[in-house]
Amino acid sequence: MELSPFYQELFESLNRGLLMSVALIIPSALGGILIGIFAGCLRAFGNGLVRTLGNTYAAIFRGTPLVVQLFILYFGLPNLGLYLSPYAAAVTGFILCSGAYQSEYIRGALLSIKRGQYHGAQALGFTTLQTIFWIIIPQAIRRAIHGCGNEIIYLIKYSSLAYIVTCLELTGEGKTIATEYFRFTEVFTIIGLYYLALVSCAVLILKKIEQRLYIPGFGHK
Amino acid sequence: MSTSLAVIADALPYLLQGSLFTGAIVVSAMLVGLLVGILAAVGMVYGNPVTRFLVGAYVWFFRGVPVLVLLFLFYFGLFAFLGLNFSAFTSVTIVLGLTTGAYQANIFKGAILSLPAGQFKAASALGMSNGQAIRSIVLPQILRISIPAWSNEYSIILKDSALAFVIGAPEIMARTQFVASRTYQHLALYIAAGVIYFLLTWGGVLILDKLHKYVRIPGYSHQGMNK
Amino acid sequence: MTTRQPLLKVAALRKTFDNNPILKGVSFELHKGGIIVLIGPSGGGKSTLLQCINCLTIPDGGEIEFDRQRLDIHSRPALYQHRQDVGMIFQEFNLFDHLSARDNITIALRKIKKLPRREADERARLELEQVGLADKAELYPAQLSGGQKQRVAIARALAMDPKVLLLDEPTSALDPELIGEVINVIKELAAKGMTMIMATHQISLIATLADHILFMEDGRIAEQGSPAELLGAGCASKTQGFCDRLNQLSGE
Repeated sequence: MELSPFYQELFESLNRGLLMSVALIIPSALGGILIGIFAGCLRAFGNGLVRTLGNTYAAIFRGTPLVVQLFILYFGLPNLGLYLSPYAAAVTGFILCSGAYQSEYIRGALLSIKRGQYHGAQALGFTTLQTIFWIIIPQAIRRAIHGCGNEIIYLIKYSSLAYIVTCLELTGEGKTIATEYFRFTEVFTIIGLYYLALVSCAVLILKKIEQRLYIPGFGHK
Repeated sequence: MSTSLAVIADALPYLLQGSLFTGAIVVSAMLVGLLVGILAAVGMVYGNPVTRFLVGAYVWFFRGVPVLVLLFLFYFGLFAFLGLNFSAFTSVTIVLGLTTGAYQANIFKGAILSLPAGQFKAASALGMSNGQAIRSIVLPQILRISIPAWSNEYSIILKDSALAFVIGAPEIMARTQFVASRTYQHLALYIAAGVIYFLLTWGGVLILDKLHKYVRIPGYSHQGMNK
Repeated sequence: MTTRQPLLKVAALRKTFDNNPILKGVSFELHKGGIIVLIGPSGGGKSTLLQCINCLTIPDGGEIEFDRQRLDIHSRPALYQHRQDVGMIFQEFNLFDHLSARDNITIALRKIKKLPRREADERARLELEQVGLADKAELYPAQLSGGQKQRVAIARALAMDPKVLLLDEPTSALDPELIGEVINVIKELAAKGMTMIMATHQISLIATLADHILFMEDGRIAEQGSPAELLGAGCASKTQGFCDRLNQLSGE
């Protein structure tokens, strides 16, 4: 079966866009988690000043639209003589925004670990480092995994905003073709299916990880 | 610096008008979502297999496709294709309403399932009809437990509404962009827009939190409902 | 008897929380194989005293001498070693929620004592058998009853070969019908000669196990002596009065 030139061009563009989307999502997800862990720890265990800083960071990035953050990075920073490439602006925005949400889950997970768990470990003679490594982290991961995974799923969808700062990923590539051929319904339905596939894969992987880590008493809900 | 402030001061009334438009989008989308969400939740819990499948497909689609793509699909695609000449406002309201509806469906489904079965039975035992039982016993309870999750939805929809400028809705972002393209004060103006959104987000969350406390009934909690 | 060196010697222990003195100078000695029971009203400092003994709460002043060595509370390695030698049983069990009953016991053996997995597992099997839970090794805390959790906690502490065991109201968080199984385990330990300090409101444990009773009130030892001295017929001691009230409450 031969595809019509329109579809040939469409899928070529969309596949190119898909690669770009993945190139946006993976570093952003990893960076977001790292920042989230860092900020989450500060917000859970830091002293007054540090905690306020962490909370302020989270409140700002959770309280403003991602598109505003991207506009500030891409269109705003040049006012200060700072020029970011579309890709750099998008990834920076995604990491900072995602990190703020991730820190919320990490903080919640850390705070949900009861005092008794620390006491139990101390009483057996665990050092602080051993307690963190063998007791706190395994429990925190299980409490945070569902929220953090969902945040990555959000990130997959919101990676479409990179198009707005002219980083041509899935949405941007598709929009170009749709405008050129004036075939919006088909093109955007197909783009939607691409995202559904990405999201469904992520959901599946997340579920597998959650199952693998499942321990009675730590389930989600 | 002083020019930035002057530009912001000049543009502020114009931007704040945009926040009225944004507010209108958010409120109507939340109401659409509430209606769709409750219907979908009832369909998921009490519906026959066909209804359940259809509702499931709706939820899956709207939770899996980015809002930006949905806006393009509906505004430039489907509505035009169907010959519907919807304004940007109507289009955004429908798209955001259906999106939050898909999430609200799960919120209400969880709330319905968390109600003890005895509540419905007790209502029937008093001689209430099904409709009466739902209106005066079930709904007051599920709406109460759903407020925290609802406040979360509010903050998401508010932020998503900032994408409406891509189809030309004159909300905060569209106006900020317009002024920025004329004054070249991008940084200052987008920060100003950010501040407006920040206040709208946390202001709304605060009000919903107050509401939650106000309608709170002792012994009622949303354990496991809020993320 | 007094010629022997005590295993644990506590002198003038003090602790203040937020300007609120909880321990106002507590001193006592404990010999190997001895069992001290701490009783007294809540808020009297029993729990804080136990936590200070293994330095879960660092005392503000006073001295702890364990096994003829003065404990340096400012040396972390010394504290970690001390806590390995002093087992602790909590009111709320404090099992590690993410580990099975077996791994709750083996984790400290493997990570602190560096035992190979196989040896640690074997030790866990023995300890679980001792507390009658050999068949529950694979279960997680969320799948155990309160009484079972407390028995796992005891097995976990014993696996470290502690020289003394501190028990902080080990049966207070349990449903009445589950108290018996934990009491039995504690009685078996006593019969084997385990050195213990136990805070409890459980009359049956006070009378039958204690060879020395410390009555704590308002951060001080208000009264002490053997059960015969404090609970004998016609005693007008505070301890007697307190136990009478406990008896009335529990309807024993």
